Amino acid sequence: MNKKQKKVLIRIIVASVMMVAIALLPVKGWLRFGLFLIPYLVIGYDILRKAGKGILNRQVFDENFLMAVATVGAIALGEYTEGVAVMLFYQIGELFQSYAVGKSRRNISELMDIRPDYANIEVNGKLEQIDPDEVEIGCVIVVQPGEKVPIDGIVEEGNASLNTSALTGESKPREVQPGDEVISGCINMTGVLRIRTTKEFGESTVSKILDLVENSSSKKSRSENFITKFAKYYTPAVCYGALALAVLPPLVQMLLLGQSAAWGDWIYRALTFLVISCPCALVISIPLSFFAGIGGASHEGVLVKGSNYLETLSDVRCVVFDKTGTMTQGVFKVVGVHHNALEEKELLRLAAHAECHSSHPISKSLQQAYGEEINAGAVSDVEEIGGNGVIAKVDGRTVAVGNAKLMRRIGVEAKECHKVGTVVHVAVDGEYSGHILIADVLKPAAKDAVRALHKAGIERTVMLTGDDSRVAESVAAELQIDEVHSELLPADKVEMVEKLLGEQKGKAKLAFVGDGINDAPVLSRADVGIAMGALGSDAAIEAADVVLMDDDPLKIAKAVRIARKCLRIVHQNIVFALGVKALCLLLGALGIANMWVAIFADVGVMVLAVLNAIRTLFVSKL
Amino acid sequence: MKKTYKIDVDCANCAAKMEEAAKKTEGVKDATVNFMALKMIVEFEEGKTPADVMPTVLKNCKKVEDDCEIFF
Repeated sequence: MNKKQKKVLIRIIVASVMMVAIALLPVKGWLRFGLFLIPYLVIGYDILRKAGKGILNRQVFDENFLMAVATVGAIALGEYTEGVAVMLFYQIGELFQSYAVGKSRRNISELMDIRPDYANIEVNGKLEQIDPDEVEIGCVIVVQPGEKVPIDGIVEEGNASLNTSALTGESKPREVQPGDEVISGCINMTGVLRIRTTKEFGESTVSKILDLVENSSSKKSRSENFITKFAKYYTPAVCYGALALAVLPPLVQMLLLGQSAAWGDWIYRALTFLVISCPCALVISIPLSFFAGIGGASHEGVLVKGSNYLETLSDVRCVVFDKTGTMTQGVFKVVGVHHNALEEKELLRLAAHAECHSSHPISKSLQQAYGEEINAGAVSDVEEIGGNGVIAKVDGRTVAVGNAKLMRRIGVEAKECHKVGTVVHVAVDGEYSGHILIADVLKPAAKDAVRALHKAGIERTVMLTGDDSRVAESVAAELQIDEVHSELLPADKVEMVEKLLGEQKGKAKLAFVGDGINDAPVLSRADVGIAMGALGSDAAIEAADVVLMDDDPLKIAKAVRIARKCLRIVHQNIVFALGVKALCLLLGALGIANMWVAIFADVGVMVLAVLNAIRTLFVSKL
Repeated sequence: MKKTYKIDVDCANCAAKMEEAAKKTEGVKDATVNFMALKMIVEFEEGKTPADVMPTVLKNCKKVEDDCEIFF
């Protein structure tokens, strides 16, 4: 508890003891009133002051005003105990709420406690701690065991295991050695590392992630907007309602029915009405649920960029996957070289050189299979043809490396391969020289991931790939994916997603899952774009709405389940709070509910709603 | 230009009111308050500096919610 909360707690205790004591005293009349005024002011002076200020600043209708009017009214009617009690319970509720919010705020910031406070640099053989912001690109920083890596970079010296769980939710440590890239936010568990920084602090992974999480609630969900709007009209509405309840029925009774007005009775009912109507339960519990949901998800390595995306995610009925890097490891291996005109080695050499500027996994596997140093000077006039391949000059010869479409494009007849896999055709100087067979490996969890999605109520799974149809079909069959569309160019994928979007019914939403490499347009076109394996990939973090920090496809279903749980709790709270309040308002207007019921409808409902909202935080078992 | 400020406020409703007030302040293009993270993100209009605008933002916020603080 902080200082403010402790002060309120002391006031609550003092006021409640005084209230009980005075209620038991056999005093009457003005003395009783004067005595009750003491606990009332002890517990309520700040509320009264705020209500007064609100009126001066033309911000009349807020909960302070409601409480001030209700309690002053109750005391004026001679219901001293009730007046003090309402104020007392209101403060207890506020204290509880502020404590619960503070607690979950701390919980979540602990989960996201990845901000490094300093970076060590070596000056004259001694380590000095400096602000990470001041470290320039290319500096060498030292990370000792137990410290966080403050800035992205490449290991120069030292071996260590890094704990990435704060970033990925993955508990298995990662081993690094000289030459490896390390990302900021990991915790060094074993050895001393010397790291040459490759980015500024502001551009480092840790800053980007923190930025993302801290800004996540600026994109508000429909439920939150609904509550804000609702509160704006609701509070004035109940105030006028209460006024009407206090004035109209007595007038009707007096003038039309000729009975006595019973002013006191109706004013008491109106005050009860006011206490019940306080909108705190909703106003606090809805954002708290989303905040806790986003916080809990980030602990699992699922970053959600805003509560609106959490909401969309819970309505997802169709999941579209990219194949490479999402369902497969994206680690291609050359499994065969079928050559005719050239030596096997020479064919690989030409292909590897032609593709040497491409970051596509296929080019990496070509280079790996070639196994020797790439002579970049021998390559010129590189022309990348999206979705087809590359044409480049290697040692002065025109080498075309790509799929069957590329061969057709340059007017070369390609030979079919009899094995399943990605076939990379090679043509040299316009003549067909053979093909290289490359196969991708499925991720171990891919099959379970698709099953988990179906189990989570996803009705339709679709796989899109630029790969040829035989590979695509075999992967889809293996994974039990409902639909597959193959041989798509990046632009075709957008079109395909648009078509699928058009086929969605009602509120059902579509999610696209990709690895963030060259599918940014699709990620942003889908209702919700999920990028996976995004650790260290800026493009993906920027383009996607939901970011899976590691590349485990099981997290897709998990993200959906977290979103569902969060929204379920939000809806529960809306229905519960509005339901209880509506019922109590009705009972209050009829005179059945007294002030004590009203206190429950206000404070009790809020406490329950906040407790329910906190449940959103616990997502690890989902 | 966008800047993030740490704030202190007690309730979500008050935070929403601060957001409204900050948005309406002259020189502020857009403002969002994240009650849970206790942060206010202010986007300034072109040609306005935070040093000029922020005191007014704080003044306007104080008007709607007495019990708030913006650290700038």
